[in-house]
Amino acid sequence: MFPRPIAQTTVAKRALYQIALPIALVIWLFPLLGVALTSLRPASDLASGNYFGMPSAIAWWNYLDVFRNTDMERYIFNSFKVTIPTVIGTLVLSTMTGFALGIYKFKGNILIFFMFVAGNFVPFQILMVPVRDLTAGMGLYNTTTGLALFHIAFQTGFCTLFMRNFISALPRELIEAARVEGVAEWQIFWYIVLPLMRPAIAALSVLIFTFIWNDFFWATVLTTSASTQPVTAGLSSLNGQWIAAWHLVSAGSIIAAMPPVLMFFLMQKHFIAGLTLGAVK
Amino acid sequence: MAVAAALPEKRSRSWWAQNQQTLTPWLFLAPGMAMFALYVIWPIFASFRLSFYDYDGLGKEVWLGLDNYRELWSDPAFVTSLKNNVIWLVMYMLAVPAGLGIAIFLNQTVRGIRIYKSLFFFPFVISQVVVGLMFAWFYAPNFGLLYKLIEMVTGKGIAVLADPNLATYGIIVAGLWPQIAYCMILYLTGLNNVAPDQVEAARLDGAKGLRMLWYVILPQLRPATFIAVVVTVIGALRSFDLVSIMTNGGPFGSTRVLSYYMYEKALSEYGFRMGYGAAIAVVLFAIMMIFISGFITKMIRDERGVR
Repeated sequence: MFPRPIAQTTVAKRALYQIALPIALVIWLFPLLGVALTSLRPASDLASGNYFGMPSAIAWWNYLDVFRNTDMERYIFNSFKVTIPTVIGTLVLSTMTGFALGIYKFKGNILIFFMFVAGNFVPFQILMVPVRDLTAGMGLYNTTTGLALFHIAFQTGFCTLFMRNFISALPRELIEAARVEGVAEWQIFWYIVLPLMRPAIAALSVLIFTFIWNDFFWATVLTTSASTQPVTAGLSSLNGQWIAAWHLVSAGSIIAAMPPVLMFFLMQKHFIAGLTLGAVK
Repeated sequence: MAVAAALPEKRSRSWWAQNQQTLTPWLFLAPGMAMFALYVIWPIFASFRLSFYDYDGLGKEVWLGLDNYRELWSDPAFVTSLKNNVIWLVMYMLAVPAGLGIAIFLNQTVRGIRIYKSLFFFPFVISQVVVGLMFAWFYAPNFGLLYKLIEMVTGKGIAVLADPNLATYGIIVAGLWPQIAYCMILYLTGLNNVAPDQVEAARLDGAKGLRMLWYVILPQLRPATFIAVVVTVIGALRSFDLVSIMTNGGPFGSTRVLSYYMYEKALSEYGFRMGYGAAIAVVLFAIMMIFISGFITKMIRDERGVR
């Protein structure tokens, strides 16, 4: 193990490490802690310049105010309307592409695979104008459907990479044995491969959920009104309206960050398994 | 009669049985490839084409030839954006060693370490919009925490985001925060898989500290380093959210980057010059291509090595 386990060192070093850990964490999360505290401060504290002292009260009503005075619940609902169909659509498409590229040897396999991989690295701006025109042409500009359709297509690139690598690591004997038994190819997919892909599906659903929930660029390009904007774009326009109302900005930020944060803490193992794909041989 | 009716069906089934191994992959690929071609592959070519035209999104496209590209080189805002992209790329690379540093710090087995690891990773889970707002608050003039700290030390606070010489760096620091967290998690996973016998053998030979890290650990972390570099380069070139949230490209356009400037030209209130925007996007794409082709070459080589 590297570095040397702290348990093998002196008592003094161990104690030092135990003290250093929380200090380092507080420094690391400083901006977050600051915002969390500000979100609970009454507006009067901010007006009188009490930014860092003891708050005069715990203003949990800031959170209520955000919902009462803005379209926050609408924004959050829109985010779910984009995120959930994207997760489902991407998983359907990429389990299929991953299966095709991971199991079968055919001409063009590697080429198609790397087309998905390379597309995934492309800067968004080179897609922006054509995708906007395309979405408008289908009558889906400024709708959550239009936004979700684009996300499904784009995320399929990344998910294909993931799924294909996962599937080609499965034992080939399983598939060969099934073929000898005369099992049809689609049945191999449905009854043999799909059940084995559960961990990959779990990892990708948390990852895609987080990526799409946090997307800002496409939300600004493809949606324009409060009735369709997801929470990232909504928060950005609220930020423009709430000049110097930092208690509300903070509370709004925390609300917007909640769903992916909950997702992460509930599904941590899968999340990290997905992110670190390929980080070990 | 019954036999005759059954025959063609049997023949068609056997035709399918003969060809199903060649046809199945294409049937499975079709929906995904169609979506990807429509929304990702085709738009790349469409943008290339558009970059030779004058187009406002509604009216007629007018052929310009290379005029958009000629204009770029004499456009000071474009030059600033390009320069800032280089600064982003160079500064962003700090995320890789910083992530490795934190990973080494946290790679212990004391009580509660798992919670520490997830809390250190936390910034990556939050939207960049929220990260941008947090750092804007952190830097805010007169009451921001950093402003106050500097004021306490030097007697005069600095409004980072209002200073054209500092604003870009201020935004990059905000971007580094989640990026370091990402690199950290990659390295934590890598460290977890370092061969313990090699470490022990090196330790018996008297290797420790930096020498151990350089000669024994880092070679084993190569896959993690590769991915960390890839995601960091892409992250640096994709920087749009933070610039948009924290400064809108200001003050005086000093924090523009190509991705933001392209959006500004093509879609924002500065006008709908989509052809010119497409030309900016093509330049950004070309820069990204230099890196992508490098990454893909390496991935293909690894792929061949495995099989």
